[in-house]
Amino acid sequence: MSADDNLKKSVDAWKAKVGASLQKHPERRPRFVTGSGAPVERLYTPLDLEGRDQAADLGLPGEYPYTRGVQNTMYRGRLWTMRQYAGFASAEESNKRYKFLLQQGQTGLSVAFDLPTQIGYDSDHPLAAGEVGKVGVAIDSLADMETLFDGIPLDQVSTSMTINAPAAVLLAMYIAVAEKQGVSADKLEGTIQNDILKEYVARGTYIFPPGPSMRLITDIFAYCSKSVPNWNTISISGYHIREAGSTAAQEVAFTLADGIAYVAAAVKAGLDVDEFGPRLSFFFNAHNDLFEEVAKFRAARRLWATIMRERFGAKNPKSLMLRFHTQTGGSTLTAQQPDNNVVRVAIQALSAVLGGTQSLHTNSKDEALALPTEASVRIALRTQQIIAYESGAAETVDPLAGSYYVESLTNRIEEEARAYLKRVDELGGAVKAIEQGYVQQEIQDSAYRYQMEVEKGERVVVGLNKFQIDEGRPEGLLRVDPAVGERQVAKIRELKAKRDDAKVKAALGELGAVAKGEGNLMPPILAAVQAYATLGEVCDVLRGVFGEYRPSVMF
Amino acid sequence: MERKIRVLVAKPGLDGHDRGAKVIARALRDDGMEVIYTGLRQTPEQIVQAAIQEDADVIALSILSGAHNHLFPRVTELLAAKGVQDILVIGGGVIPEEDYDYLKSKGVAAVFGPGTPTAATIEFIRSNLKRS
Amino acid sequence: MPDPDSAASQALAAADLGAGANEARAALAVAERVRSGDMRAVARLISGLENADPAAEAVLRALRGRGQGHVVGITGPPGSGKSTLTDKLIGALRSRGLRVGVLAVDPSSPFTGGAILGDRLRMQHHATDEGVFIRSLASRGTLGGLSRATAASVRVLEAAGYDWIIVETVGVGQSEVDIVKLADTVVLVSVPGLGDDIQVIKAGIMEIGDIFVVNKSDRDGSDRVVREIRCMLETAAALAWARSGGSLAGLVEAGHHGLSAVASPPAAPPAKPAAALQARGAVTGPGTSGLAAAGQGELPLDADGHPVLPPIIKTVAETGEGCSALVDAIVAHRERSLASGALEMRRLEGARAELRSLMAFRLVDALEGSAGAALEAELARAVVARECDVYEAADRLFATIMKGETS
Repeated sequence: MSADDNLKKSVDAWKAKVGASLQKHPERRPRFVTGSGAPVERLYTPLDLEGRDQAADLGLPGEYPYTRGVQNTMYRGRLWTMRQYAGFASAEESNKRYKFLLQQGQTGLSVAFDLPTQIGYDSDHPLAAGEVGKVGVAIDSLADMETLFDGIPLDQVSTSMTINAPAAVLLAMYIAVAEKQGVSADKLEGTIQNDILKEYVARGTYIFPPGPSMRLITDIFAYCSKSVPNWNTISISGYHIREAGSTAAQEVAFTLADGIAYVAAAVKAGLDVDEFGPRLSFFFNAHNDLFEEVAKFRAARRLWATIMRERFGAKNPKSLMLRFHTQTGGSTLTAQQPDNNVVRVAIQALSAVLGGTQSLHTNSKDEALALPTEASVRIALRTQQIIAYESGAAETVDPLAGSYYVESLTNRIEEEARAYLKRVDELGGAVKAIEQGYVQQEIQDSAYRYQMEVEKGERVVVGLNKFQIDEGRPEGLLRVDPAVGERQVAKIRELKAKRDDAKVKAALGELGAVAKGEGNLMPPILAAVQAYATLGEVCDVLRGVFGEYRPSVMF
Repeated sequence: MERKIRVLVAKPGLDGHDRGAKVIARALRDDGMEVIYTGLRQTPEQIVQAAIQEDADVIALSILSGAHNHLFPRVTELLAAKGVQDILVIGGGVIPEEDYDYLKSKGVAAVFGPGTPTAATIEFIRSNLKRS
Repeated sequence: MPDPDSAASQALAAADLGAGANEARAALAVAERVRSGDMRAVARLISGLENADPAAEAVLRALRGRGQGHVVGITGPPGSGKSTLTDKLIGALRSRGLRVGVLAVDPSSPFTGGAILGDRLRMQHHATDEGVFIRSLASRGTLGGLSRATAASVRVLEAAGYDWIIVETVGVGQSEVDIVKLADTVVLVSVPGLGDDIQVIKAGIMEIGDIFVVNKSDRDGSDRVVREIRCMLETAAALAWARSGGSLAGLVEAGHHGLSAVASPPAAPPAKPAAALQARGAVTGPGTSGLAAAGQGELPLDADGHPVLPPIIKTVAETGEGCSALVDAIVAHRERSLASGALEMRRLEGARAELRSLMAFRLVDALEGSAGAALEAELARAVVARECDVYEAADRLFATIMKGETS
């Protein structure tokens, strides 16, 4: 008998024995599932990987299909970037927070913008009332951007900006600020999220309809590949899809589906896949189930590498590497017994590290309730530092590889994701699938299922539906000064009084003309922001030409 | 004939996170209520006008962006200005407990924070309708 | 508010409304508010009608007399973009200075009785326009897919001064037929690429459309859908033509010229005016709209005496393309059917249908009384136990209801 047959015999015998003893020693539950609800077996053995080509499946770190990581030394060469998302209220206050974080050892900046900014409205727009500075920093013009990065040398930090519909405008402002610092655009490093498709599905900060939005995105690809070559022009996001309630496999599938749509659009616009391919990056969630999350990251890498090579014919190895930022799952945090969230975040962060993330944001414990205080964001940062320096997780590459469970999970998630991708293809691609509400419906169904599981007690959330205590009101939460809105409005007034209106008008006129035509939108946007046109003014010109997106909802 | 409870679920302001609003809408539907879902980016004026035309019993406001102290009172003020006394206004989302008293003083009957089971919200609605 | 209610007119009103003086006064007051366009009063009245509240029904009686509103029914499968289309129609009508009422009907869950009414979402930016009233209605278990109160709600909106009333429903089976009974113009919406030619083929559907819209017509396959619809219409027209005694030879000739599908009124008056039809007493079934009207011999003809098909209009509701043409087509249809008397016929048929529907509801309501329910339960048991057959049981139940012994 072969080794495999022997194993099979032993395992079968073991299963029989367990089966017999279950009456006397039942398991805790009739079924065991992952965080996403997929079935989990009692035991995993090499038999679960029978028929798979281990060498092909796993490969080696830094080599196709990159299952084990996109660099060959991974964290032994360089730790992941510790990049805490931050920003609130005014540019001055955010600037202070950035300096604090850099001092505390953060290695990259991540800018959060308020909702009016994300949706291309100035702080004095009627829809901005009550929203200015609440979920991020308010940026109305280049002047605010200059304040935001005052004293921060842009040739020495990499900056990630979570901005989508008006990404071109904020990027232009960043380039303009750097120029004033004497830093040329080709030295700039950073990322703009710039992923409009997930906005339609899970996040809601869209402005224009899909067609013109794709044009803006591909214009940015083209512009940056020539002028800002070290910039990640898109962060194709699954984080929000997961937050909206999807499963792990859906997170991978719908994110990569969006990625496929962007690559296809860029290729259609005449760009060479190997020119912009290396600068695509991704953004994933890190949820509670450690092993499922690790498997998810590995499956995503393997799947994307195959897609880029086989579907798009990419040749540059850098085009095949799925590089990603991770954020721990906000929706997993509870308002009840918030200290527990520190523990949740630690486990989630660990899964991201074991999964090979390139950069990481850890949530603060008070985030179910408000934006984080300085004290709680420091704990979040320390969480990453403890994992990096004390846990041993960063001492070798892809430590969980070869685990029968983790490899089985990796294979399963890849399979499930492929099935979703096939469905999306049948519907005509991500844009069509979104227009038909397919993606939204899938996510909603998962979200509802999850909620019902929690309410029925089938899924335990510690402190929420089990191990509750009587607690007092949480103290010391961060509050955004409501006067921020008024101060921004005053700033806008001042700016408009001081600037050269003729120059602004000319620049906006030129922008409108280019928008109606086929030229690249980045240069006219850059000229407009340099003339101190406001964000709202620039976006209004584009609204006039492109129209606004009107969502459909399916239930 | 049993009358149906009609609930207007709305997201005021610019916040685009609708997972919770959609979950509560489904839960209310599954409990036999008629839910009018007005979608994202609603102004207080749009919400109130819709509630009047739909003869809603309840307005359920969902917000995660921190703008609740500004937007929720706008809704209740508009209702009062139009002489509407019998619509139950409730809120949910990311709203710090320390703001509950203020919101209640402005006419929001209850706030359902993160982690509230949908059953609790449903129970509250059924027990607190302002008209039978 | 001026008080025209002298004791005498009060008494008259009360007698009229079949109610006591107080109820009569209340009903009249509400009716007055509705007529003045008070949205709250309109909304509450619609709710009252949905709940079969007798006070609401009294107000309806006080509102008597049909207004000048034109009722447009819009139906089509889910995903065809009806709500977006309706949204654009509202805009087009508003820019023509017209006031618009909208009833958007969605199905109730058969399991829970609840509903998510999401059509309003696509029209919400009209919410603060004082000239627009949008109301979502759940079908509430009505087999027809239109809620009980929809017809009555249309009358309420007319009384409140809305010039056009748009009724939007999902077209799945019986509800299309219900729309016909309700609407002066029926618009059927299709889309390319729903993967389903069946939507166009469904029996009976083709016959009730006065106007056919192919929405999302910027997509691949839209021309094919137009052709399919035209083909269906030509076949249906040929059948109707033959049924009405037209010669097939004449029709074959028409085939050479192509049956014309036009969006404007025909040059010649129709072959058989409505009066003749009425004389024949031929007012049965949903035969008064679209080509179904042809089955009654009522078929619009062009100058050459050939059948005129309902217009097929391509739209892209997202951008508003084609929506102005749609409005024009609806107006043209209204003018044609007013002139030919078909509109009158249709409203007659609609009233009959509503009467029948209310009769059926009254019957069912009678069974909800405790005595009725008990008898029904007993009879059902007996049927299952084979103690009596179901027809016998029905006779007994019916007789008991008619005697009024079921409360």
